[in-house]
Amino acid sequence: MLLSFEYKAKNELEKDGRSTAPLYGEKEIVCPNCHRTLKESEAESRLMTCICGHHFRIGARKRLGYMTDEGSFSELFGDIEASDPLSFPGYGEKLSKARDASGERESVIMGTAMIGGCPAAVFSMESLFMMGSMGTGTGEKITLLFEYARAHSLPVVGWTVSGGARMQEGLLSLMQMAKTSAAVKRHSDRGLLYITVLTDPTTGGVTASFAMEGDIILAEPGATVGFAGKRVIEETVRQKLPRGFQTSEFILEHGFADMVVSRIAEKETISSILALHGGKRNAGI
Amino acid sequence: MQAYERVKTARLSSRPTALDYIHSLFSGFIEFHGDRRHGDDKAIVGGIAWLSSIPVTVIGIEKGHTASERMERSFGAPEPEGYRKALRLMKQAEKFSRPVITIVDTSGAYCGVGAEKRGQGEAIARNLMEMSTLDVPIITILIGEGGSGGALALALSDRLWMLENAVYSVISPEGCASILWRDGSKAAEAAEALCLTASDAYSAGVADRIISEENLGSKEFYAALKADLRDEIEVLIGKEDLTELRYQRFRSFGRRENDL
Ligand SMILES: [Zn+2]
Repeated sequence: MLLSFEYKAKNELEKDGRSTAPLYGEKEIVCPNCHRTLKESEAESRLMTCICGHHFRIGARKRLGYMTDEGSFSELFGDIEASDPLSFPGYGEKLSKARDASGERESVIMGTAMIGGCPAAVFSMESLFMMGSMGTGTGEKITLLFEYARAHSLPVVGWTVSGGARMQEGLLSLMQMAKTSAAVKRHSDRGLLYITVLTDPTTGGVTASFAMEGDIILAEPGATVGFAGKRVIEETVRQKLPRGFQTSEFILEHGFADMVVSRIAEKETISSILALHGGKRNAGI
Repeated sequence: MQAYERVKTARLSSRPTALDYIHSLFSGFIEFHGDRRHGDDKAIVGGIAWLSSIPVTVIGIEKGHTASERMERSFGAPEPEGYRKALRLMKQAEKFSRPVITIVDTSGAYCGVGAEKRGQGEAIARNLMEMSTLDVPIITILIGEGGSGGALALALSDRLWMLENAVYSVISPEGCASILWRDGSKAAEAAEALCLTASDAYSAGVADRIISEENLGSKEFYAALKADLRDEIEVLIGKEDLTELRYQRFRSFGRRENDL
């Protein structure tokens, strides 16, 4: 435990902080932003955010647990698995590791749920599954969810986390950007609401498709949100990137998000928006 | 030819560029400028022209031939304004019932600070959404590089035709090799693994035709392509369920058996 204050994230991969297992007692987490040591229960009670405002990355199921009414989540399309259409070198092994690390079959989970008493179709992406990259299974599930929501006249609320299109599935993963966008458009053309919540990180082909296609776009504080990778941009423009570049606050400032919302206020905000779109009878009276 | 040889061929500055196609396939091309939001991106050219006797909207990603042209065109890497200009012209085409022909040749959307500030991701996403229901035929000819989302943003079409040596990929082989194997010199292996050639795209059903490069850039080459384009446009104009067919075309990529 003595060493925990000396911990400092050295790169992007470590930014979530280190979970330290003490010899006895409760598990503790070190905030990579303010370097405070938090008891896990304390962090949990703040929906895995630090007192300083740092938002820890959380899993897709934990997130749905925080954001939907207790016991209301009913999973859909959970049997769809990632596939390896090109027999890409090393991909099969990566997939089995991703399955072990996340306990999921693809990089997104979804279903129907109530949010503050309002019904919605929901999806939540999983960073532990190949950093939420979009493979054909991911694109298929997102598309199926929008088709389902359209058929049942449900709004869609989705939490994005993604490194982009999954290169190991080649051109077919690129095509998922088109496929999901077309499904979002059809849902939208029915007059149905789509809310996206951009969480850390949302980049690449997911930013350039369904993440940015919400009627209303919320973003969690401090999340990385952008299209191109920072390193690629640095190599192209040969200059250091400005502070706070490609964050939620940055895209809010430039007009590409409606609001930055703390995870603690997120559910309340979403349910208020749903209610204003007719999600709950007698709301607002 | 090995996949990476095709990648290198697709990138040659001596190949015909979008403007060469536009001037050879169409007559009376009038170029329009600007996205009516922020600016005019020179990496994308667009306007109206005649395809034989059919008025069409033509949009192309232009790389330029000479060093100074290529600088001016940002090597065919569009900024958000380029995609927004393209969308404006496509919506205009829809209003006046003109078929749209897009000519794609890009290593990818521009990666820069300004492009991010002005919403590169949003610009591409918006095009994908709007193109999916655009109520006029859209044909895309991929003449060289089809670099990821930056290419797809003009290619959500009813038909995709690829030149024999054109490539279409989710990531550049160099980028793929450096991410996966931390070794950019393994690009040739990555190119093979990514299945990015025209014949790969054709077998995946993404490309509908592969155009022979025999006589590339010659009068005969353009005459044959023009005739094919006119025939295909006529077929598409006759389809009443055009946007439904377009939806199903993209819906089929990576489809799993799952009944609603
Ligand atoms: Zn903190």
